Formats: sequence, C-alpha cells, structure tokens
Amino acid sequence: MKKTPFCATSERDQAEMFEFLGIGDFDELFAEIPADLQSDLLDIPEGLSEMEMMQHIRKIARRNSTNLVNFCGAGFYDHYIPAAVNALASRGEFYTAYTPYQPEASQGTLQAAFEYQTAICRLTGMEVANASLFDGGTALFEAVMMALRSTGRNKVLVDQGVSPIYRKMLRCYTQNLSVDYQEIPLGSNGVADRKAFEAALDDTVGAAIFQNPNFFGCLDNLKELVDKVHESNALAIMSVYPMALSVVETPGAMGADIVTGEGQSLGLPLNFGGPYLGFMATTKKHVRKMPGRIVGETVDHKGRRGFVLTLQAREQHIRREKATSNICSNVQLCALRAIIYLSLVGREGFLEVGRDCMDRASYAWHKLAKIPGVEPAFNRRFFNEFAIRLPKDASDVVSALVDQGIAAGFPVGRYYKGMENVLLLAFTEKRTKEEIDILVAKLESVLKA
Amino acid sequence: MKLIYEKSSPGRPGVRMSSIKISPTEEIPAKYLRSKPAQLPEVSEAEVVRHFTALSRLNFSVDTHFYPLGSCTMKYNPKACEAAANLPELTEVHPLWPQLRGGGLLTQGSLAILYHTERILSEITGLAEFTLQPMAGAHGELTGVMIMAAYHRDRGNTQKDHIIIPDSAHGTNPASAQLAGYKVVTVPSDDKGMMDFDLFKAALNERTAGVMLTCPNTLGVFEMRIKEICDAVHGVDGLMYYDGANFNAIMGRYKPGDMGFDICHLNLHKSFATPHGGGGPGAGPVGVVEKLQPYLPISRVEKTRDGTYALNYDEPKSIGYIAPFYGNFGVVARAYAYILSLGRDGMLGTSNRAVLNANYLQEKLRPLFGEEFKGRCMHEFVFSGEFLRKHGIHTLDLAKGMIDRGIHPPTVYFPLNVPEAIMVEPTESEDRDTLDRFVEVMAELVELAKTDPEKLHEAPVTTPVGRLDEVKAARDMRLSYS
Ligand SMILES: Cc1ncc(COP(=O)(O)O)c(C=O)c1O
Repeated sequence: MKKTPFCATSERDQAEMFEFLGIGDFDELFAEIPADLQSDLLDIPEGLSEMEMMQHIRKIARRNSTNLVNFCGAGFYDHYIPAAVNALASRGEFYTAYTPYQPEASQGTLQAAFEYQTAICRLTGMEVANASLFDGGTALFEAVMMALRSTGRNKVLVDQGVSPIYRKMLRCYTQNLSVDYQEIPLGSNGVADRKAFEAALDDTVGAAIFQNPNFFGCLDNLKELVDKVHESNALAIMSVYPMALSVVETPGAMGADIVTGEGQSLGLPLNFGGPYLGFMATTKKHVRKMPGRIVGETVDHKGRRGFVLTLQAREQHIRREKATSNICSNVQLCALRAIIYLSLVGREGFLEVGRDCMDRASYAWHKLAKIPGVEPAFNRRFFNEFAIRLPKDASDVVSALVDQGIAAGFPVGRYYKGMENVLLLAFTEKRTKEEIDILVAKLESVLKA
Repeated sequence: MKLIYEKSSPGRPGVRMSSIKISPTEEIPAKYLRSKPAQLPEVSEAEVVRHFTALSRLNFSVDTHFYPLGSCTMKYNPKACEAAANLPELTEVHPLWPQLRGGGLLTQGSLAILYHTERILSEITGLAEFTLQPMAGAHGELTGVMIMAAYHRDRGNTQKDHIIIPDSAHGTNPASAQLAGYKVVTVPSDDKGMMDFDLFKAALNERTAGVMLTCPNTLGVFEMRIKEICDAVHGVDGLMYYDGANFNAIMGRYKPGDMGFDICHLNLHKSFATPHGGGGPGAGPVGVVEKLQPYLPISRVEKTRDGTYALNYDEPKSIGYIAPFYGNFGVVARAYAYILSLGRDGMLGTSNRAVLNANYLQEKLRPLFGEEFKGRCMHEFVFSGEFLRKHGIHTLDLAKGMIDRGIHPPTVYFPLNVPEAIMVEPTESEDRDTLDRFVEVMAELVELAKTDPEKLHEAPVTTPVGRLDEVKAARDMRLSYS
C-alpha cells in the first residue's frame, strides 16, 4: 500500500503498535465485524501529491470566469474585504479550534464571539444576539419557530417583499410542522401592504415577517405596522441587510422583536453560496427562546473577567428533542470575520462604505431612467439596489450582457409572475463610475437591437 | 484582555474605505435613516491586528495542541486544502451567476467541483445520489429526516409518527427528528455499548418512520447486528438513517449503503479534514439510495450530454429549498482537495490508522481506567472517571488538569449513558510520541487525583483565566458590552 498522506505513524511505529495490541495487521482490528460487510476497493482515482492536487484544482478553477463586472446582488453582495480580515481569520489558532466547550482553553474564540454579539446588537438596535446561525434563510426559519414558541400560536404572515429564496426555504422547513404559512402580496408601491396585513392579523397569528430593504431594494419604515402586529399580540420579525444598517433606520427603532439576516456582506467572500453568516438578535425578554449558541460574560474564582457559552439549557446537547433548535456547529469563523471586518473599517469607515454604495446606486438610477423604454419599477427610496422595468424580457437582456462580460443584475421573473421584464441591480463600493457608464451604454444598445 | 470596544477612542481611523465619490442625485427622507451611526470600534488597523492576534493566542487548536475531542475528529487540516479553496477563481463567484441565462457557462469550475464531489461521496458511501447543500451535521440530519417524511407522504404511509434513536446518540438526532414532525422513541444501549436489540425490536412497529444510528456509535462501538436492524426496519417500510459523524472509522472499508442504510450524512468538518473554525462552518452532505433520489433538495447539479455542468430545478417531489444555494461551497472545495490527495488507497489508509491509534491508546489506558466496554474500539473510545469520585474528583477536574499539561481535553460527559464519561478520539494525525505523552499525562492526573485532589480542583492555572462561574453567566446574562 502507498503512503497515506497526513498520517503520522511510521511503518516502524505501526509494527510496534501491532505487536503491543497482539495483532498482525489492520484487518485484525476489524475482525469482530461481520466479514460480509467489507466493501471492495473504492472506484475513485489514485491519490495525488500536493503539487498535483493544486495543479488539478487550479485547472478546474480556471473554468470559472471571475472577470464579470457584477451588478447582481439579490441578497448577496460583492463588497471589498480588507486584507487584514483574511490574514487574521487565517490564523490556525482560530480556524483549527473546535466549538469552545472548554472555556479556559478557548477565550480567543469566546471573546471574539462576545464582541461580535455586541456589534450585531449595535447594528440592529437590539438587546441581545446569538453567536451565529448557518445563513440568513435558516436564521429566518429559526426566528419563525422562536416566535411561534413564544406566542403559542401557529400562523405566520410573510410579506412577499421578503427574499423569494428565503420564502422557499420557509415553506420547505414548515412543511412537516403544524405551521399555517401565509404570504401577503406586495403593495403596489413596492413595500409591505398595510391594509392587507391589518386584515390578516388575527389571534392565530404568532409572527409577521418583513424584510428591509426588501428584495426589490425598497426602504420602508415599518414602525406603525409593527405596532399593529403588537396590538394583536404577535411578534414582528425583520430580515435585514447589515451593510444597509450603516445608514438605514434600525429594526430595533422600528420595534422588531426578532431580527435576522445574512452577514455575508461583512467581510465574507461570495464563495458560490457559502459559507455565509446567519445572524439573529432579539430583546432580553425573548432570549431564553432564542436558538443557537450564546456567549456570556462572567468571572473566574479570582474575579478575572472571562467568557463562556451560556444559557445552554436551550440547546440540543442538553434538551435533545425539547431543544429550541437542532443546531450544533454554527459558523463561528464567519462571525469572527464579521467582527474583524467591523473593527477594521470602524464607525466612520462603515458609514463611508454605506454612503459609497448608496451614492453609486443613486447615480446609476438617474442614468438608467434616461434610457428610452426603461422605467423604475418602484419609487426612489433604496439603499444600494433597485428594480427597473425593461421594454423586453429581462432574462434575454441579461443573457446578452453576460456575453459582453457584465452580470447586469438579477431578472426577477423567475420568482415573481408578471415581472418578466423586471431587472434588479445592485451597486457596491467596488463599482466605479466608468463601469456604471459602460453598463448603461451596453444596456441601451442591447435594448435597441 | 480588553475588549475591542474598550480600546476604541473617537476619531481613530481604521482601514481607509472611502473611494472616489460619486455625487448622489437626491437625498432619502430622514424617517428611513438611522439617526446615529452604529457604535463600532474606532481603533487603528495595527491595533486591530494586534487585538485579534492576541486573542488567537488564547485558544487551544489543532495547529497548536493535541486535541483528542471524541466524536469531533480533530484531525490535521491540510494547508494545501486551504490554499486550494482560497483560489480567487473560486471565492469570487456569485451564487446567482449560474441562474443568469448563459451564466452557467461562466461557473463551470465551481459546478464541476460540486458534481465530482457528489460522485465520489456516492462511491465511498455506497449510496446512489448526494446533495452537498446541508451546512452542518445537524442540518444534514434535518434534511435526511425531511426526505424520510417526504417518502412516507408519497407512499401514503400516513401512520408513521416516530423515529427510533438509541440513547447513545448525539443530541442533534432527536432534535432533528422533532423538527421534521416526528416523535422520538429512545432505546437504551446494552452492556456492550450497542443499541439493545430486544428493546429495539419491542419499539419497532408499523408506525416507525425510521431509525437513526451512528455506526460506529458514540461509544466507539460498531453495531454488530446492523444487517438485522436494517432488515427489520425495512420490513415495516421504515428507513435507516446513518449519522456519519464517525465515518472516519470506516472510510474505505465499509459503506453505509452496503450495510443497508438508506440515508446518510457525512461531516466534512470531521472525516474530510475541513477545519472546524472554532464552531463552524462545516458541511453535512446527505446521500440517499436510488428510491429516495426524487426527494433530494433543489437544485441538483447535473452533467449534460455535451459534458458541461448545469443546475436542475425541476424536481416536483423534492423537499424543496434547504439552503439558499448549493451549500457551503468553500467547505466542499476543501474536502474535494482532501479527497483528491487521499485517493483510492488513502481512504482506507486513513481509517486504518485512526482505528489503530485509538486502540493503542485504549489498551495503554486500560490499566488506569479499567474497561467501560470490552474488546476493540473503532476510531474512539469511552471510559468512565467514576472510580475517582471517592477522591472527590470528577471528569471535569481531569479535563482541566489536561489543559495545564498542554492537551485539549477529550469530550466529557458525553455520551449521556456513561457516568463521568471521557471520550477520546486521537485521529490518524497523531504520532506515537503524542499518544504516549497523553498516557503519561493521564497517569499523572489519576495519581494526583488520589494523592492531592485539591491541586486538581484548582486547575487550570496556566490559562489566562481559571474555571469560570457559569452560574453567574446564566444569571447575570451579560451577553454584550455596554
Ligand atoms: C455523533 C454526532 N452527530 C451529529 C453531530 C452534529 O454535527 P454538527 O455539529 O456538524 O451539526 C455531531 C457533532 O458533534 C456528532 O458528534
């Protein structure tokens, strides 16, 4: 047999270990197991040297085109990541540790998680946050379960301005549970339909879900609607885009009870869909119903400050089928990236990135609206993303522009019937004025063709 | 150590983020905007780098310490796998590009990695099809039991209302079963550490939707009667679920599919060497037998006739969307690099050595601890610290003593069916010197427990903090800095 990579014992060690165990070979270690269970040798390629493996993956990776100029967002954004984020998150002391079950040997992970929780509270305007969930979609589902547990009710109302990807996930996860799932169509102005919500709120509704800015990029102030939700003793859940919270009103100020979102924009690469960062924040009142790990501050016997995983009686390793969630491993390293990112850019820098995104979108909106036949789909209130209506099928237009090296946006017709001509475009600080001008020119020529 | 917020001072600049300004065309009304910026730290870049570097040094990790944490497979995470997965051609791809018409052709590399990883995982588990979408082990379990539910619904098996799970199972198993709408029936373990066969048979009936098993189980014991268990469950049209957290023991030797399992998840962050990240991200791909393929989550990666890769969204019987896209791609890419490195022989070579190291360590420790479960173990083993109770010493004290001696403690107090459990998983990454040193340390600690237990109660003393007051943490609920 060939040398097995990454294994530490030498042939000589092995021989001595065999002798110590009184066996002649590896097979004897498995002698008690019924012989007919053993499989044939695997039908997979032979192992590669490190150099060969790297060459192989480089070759495959080159089949991706990463030089597209990207205006596609739809919840997942191409922001700049400062070099120090990668440098620090690539420290083996962080990324090769396990979940901090032994707090004295894990204060690095634990303190960073505590700092992260603090940052999430400050971004969202909420009182407490957990240490992370898988992604924005699973976080939203966890929020639904949390709200239904808190209220003892079984109905949820979901605004259709919530990401259609997340709505599909909610439908998937609730299919085996006694959850009455109801979507409320978007209002004609592109934000949550007040009247429809008020009509649907009754004493079976445990939660109402909104997204701000919503899937179309539209901003809203949901304060009054949240008050209505509270009047019927239901909880308001808000899914948010953390980069927008640089400038946009906080869900906390609007009265949200549970806030979730996708933290990818805080220093995580797009990475073809993951790993990402689900975050969740809530009020002190609901903390014992919250899923996932939570880090708390305490002291040791000498009174020195330290951090531990706390309120663990909610979790599966203690409560098993009665736990608030089945989650075990979360995405702690992604949360670490987020707190490093937020610390590096700081209070001012975060605001600047937010303004740059917003200004670029504003500039593009103005320019795009001048193209004959192009109309804004909704109003002018957006952060860095907005929808336009084209005189043609948006998917065809995008396809033509992809061929010219531009990912011009996301055609929403895939998820919204009757919106086949609507294109959703996102602008981050990475897009230049020149790139926006080229987008506008090429879009205009494709529309003319 | 100070918090990053305690190092903050107004006006201190971080990384320069502002780019060339583009003037906005209009202002947004104030009611949509926050009145004050978020109070993020104001610290220089150099200070941030020092802060997080200093924090990292407070951790034990695989890169710095022996980390025999049972059930967690803390093997070495090869740097080459990191380098491969961090290629910008992979990390800079937007997940929606393949959904733009014509865009699929621009992401052929990423799709190829997904496709080939699925194919290889199918081969090494003996299961027909895989999805890479689940984002951790527990998420794979939930996906698996949802597939179970979809199957039974489709078959009109309306009477199915519970899932059988042995008491040695990880807490995520019952928690996941419950989230898919099932009741949980717990079956105790017998004196060999296997699921008690008679009690299992008594629990099994027409209402059993399936059984979730970990094999080898969390005691490091192989379920010898696995074939009989599978046959019995299939006899009532139930499905067998394989929790693959312990796959490192059998990789390349046994296949869950051949044993009779219908659904299985693998923890790429265990057996397949992707780093654990201090608590994730991981990945928990799920494999199924042919008949369950229609229920796998949307989308599916396919190879078309012209050799290109494409995503298929047209699966009417699918359970739907469990993830926003295709799973934790970055984690999958690391595992793919690892699998390519190991290859055909390396899979078996790895599990062989993992099991050898565990057996060696178990035999070396037996004189100290007696035997909890007799005979050979697989890749990990459990012993009990109960015999030290009479000296006032608990498993936790031993664990803290290990920290002072530079070893990350094994898993303690799990599985729940062993009192004062200590669960050791050395993995194949460790050489004999490290294993021998562990034995010496354990001997020293047991001796200390008997002669000077007070010393152990004080441990750890070499860490930045000593034992922390967890009751106070839960009572005070200081969960953020203010
Ligand atoms: C036996 C077993 N099953 C399931 C899990 C859950 O895996 P994850 O933490 O990836 O959700 C674990 C993790 O510790 C485990 O040991």
